[in-house]
Amino acid sequence: MAIIEAAGLTKTYRVFQKKEGVLAALRGLYKREYREVRAVDRISFAIEPGEMVAFLGPNGAGKTTTLKMLSGLIYPTSGEARVLDFVPWQRADLFRRQFSLVMGQKNQLWWDLPAADSFQLHREIYSIPQAEFAKTLGELTELLGVAKLTRQAVRELSLGERMKMELIAALLHGPRLLLLDEPTIGLDVVAQAAIQKCLRDYHSQRGVTMLLTSHYMRDVEALCDRVLVINRGGMVYDGPLAGIIEKFGESKLVKLQFEGPAPDDLGRFGQVVRREGPFADIRIERSRVSEILSAVLDRHALADVTVEDPPLEEIIAKVFEEARLDHDAA
Amino acid sequence: MTPPDGLAAQTAPAPSSAAPLLVAPPLRQAPPRGPIATLKKHTKIVRISLSERMTYRSDFLLGTILRFLPLVTTILLWKSIYESSGRSELAGFRYREMIAYLLLTHISRMFSSMPGLAAGIARDIREGTLKRYLIQPVDMIGYLLSSRVAHKVAYITMSFLPYMGLFVLCRRYFDGFPDALTMAAYAASLVLSFLVGFFFEASVGMVGFWFLEVTSLLYIVMTLNFFISGHMLPLDLLPQPWSAILKALPFQYMAYFPAVVFLRKITGWSLVLHLLLELTWAIVFMVLCRGLYRLGLKRYSAYGG
Repeated sequence: MAIIEAAGLTKTYRVFQKKEGVLAALRGLYKREYREVRAVDRISFAIEPGEMVAFLGPNGAGKTTTLKMLSGLIYPTSGEARVLDFVPWQRADLFRRQFSLVMGQKNQLWWDLPAADSFQLHREIYSIPQAEFAKTLGELTELLGVAKLTRQAVRELSLGERMKMELIAALLHGPRLLLLDEPTIGLDVVAQAAIQKCLRDYHSQRGVTMLLTSHYMRDVEALCDRVLVINRGGMVYDGPLAGIIEKFGESKLVKLQFEGPAPDDLGRFGQVVRREGPFADIRIERSRVSEILSAVLDRHALADVTVEDPPLEEIIAKVFEEARLDHDAA
Repeated sequence: MTPPDGLAAQTAPAPSSAAPLLVAPPLRQAPPRGPIATLKKHTKIVRISLSERMTYRSDFLLGTILRFLPLVTTILLWKSIYESSGRSELAGFRYREMIAYLLLTHISRMFSSMPGLAAGIARDIREGTLKRYLIQPVDMIGYLLSSRVAHKVAYITMSFLPYMGLFVLCRRYFDGFPDALTMAAYAASLVLSFLVGFFFEASVGMVGFWFLEVTSLLYIVMTLNFFISGHMLPLDLLPQPWSAILKALPFQYMAYFPAVVFLRKITGWSLVLHLLLELTWAIVFMVLCRGLYRLGLKRYSAYGG
């Protein structure tokens, strides 16, 4: 049985259109003009137990709106969803005990209290048995290296430390499903890596299902086997991360190092990105890499060769862009 | 920069390898229900809120002391009113009783006033912190009630000594303590005034579901309440029909009623009746507050979040 099943999930918001000028503002008092904004447009997908799935899309694509529907905060305008076999927006007590929503930009801990007090509160709210609570808390604080900080008021912690505490609070009750909205936003590389490691370890120990949104491809590469790409509310891609590179990364970057200075006739093989001394980088169509490499080797003496995919960010940006063009054309 | 094959090595174990562990996370059972379990959970909330409250104790103490300063002017004002009127009684209150009444409304308000409750609910709605109550298995109103109990316990404990001092200083305005039965009725009226105050202000806060900006509305409601609850002067002092109207409204239970119970101005069956009425109002506001919350959540879930 799938943990998350969404079918034709759609959310339309009505946005009040504020006009410029005093007269228009006065008119707005009795006759309001609204514009319909379709934040999520008929998206369908299913997530199986134990999967770690990334939810990608540019700002305003509808990621957070979808997470809000899946966690039961808002109703969809149309469509259906079942999460952990519950209809999320009915907010059944048992449903709420089995998942966590972590929002990187929102604080759930008590600002003036040490995190440990907030954890105690969670223990009560979720009725976690004392032994299980102590064990999980010990493991998590160890894993994230914050065991010494739990007695310090949350307001005195750094952003990274606070985020780690948020994550611990979200995991204490052993959720079967973890929804993460930008869990690493604003964090430095070290803190990001620590959060990733925690999520990875927790996943391998408990087999928890995760759906996360992030703008950092590092998170996605480190954590997720499968990605869903949405743009303008609609689903653009659903498949393995590597598949995105296959599907949308049409070229590869071939970095050559010659024995002597790089020759100047490389333009016929592909687009020369850089040529400096013995080094030259050429962008080559994916399907022609081996053919062109052997042609180069026939003519020149090479000291070193590496073949790379273009950065994931670049590919994702292209996917977003193509989806936008399709959308505008339709 | 990562080549595709590098991905597999970096990513977490594939779902299939984690599969045997899937049985491991126990399906969380529904918690023990019933009043005892609920009480236990909320006691913890009370305890934690209490320690939050104590974070700012110096601010707290200063605020408590400053609250008494206006009393001096009030006492002097009433003294001159009585002297210039040349009467020993105004609306059934002798000068000493009037001062005692004003001191006692401070006690009433100590129970019934809910600083920041309505504004806090409105802020939770506006800023989206309301989410916590929708995602976690905890009821917002129950949670707020528990933490408010904690705030009150902290407040009453901390202001006990200053209040004692004040009442010792002002003891000549009182005719000693009333009998035990009256004291019991007084205690009940105070507890009920807490509930009336809590559910009334929580209901006001729920307006935040419909209006983003509620500061001016709250200001009007609170200022009005200060007057019509009898905090400023006994409701009997107002001309008819105002006095009768205000005594029929629920707001009197937040200041006027407990004070006149202590002064033995309401006794016998009338006292029992009023206690029952006070309880009824507490229930009415509770139902109103719940209803508004339910309606508000519907709207919130449809438009916002």
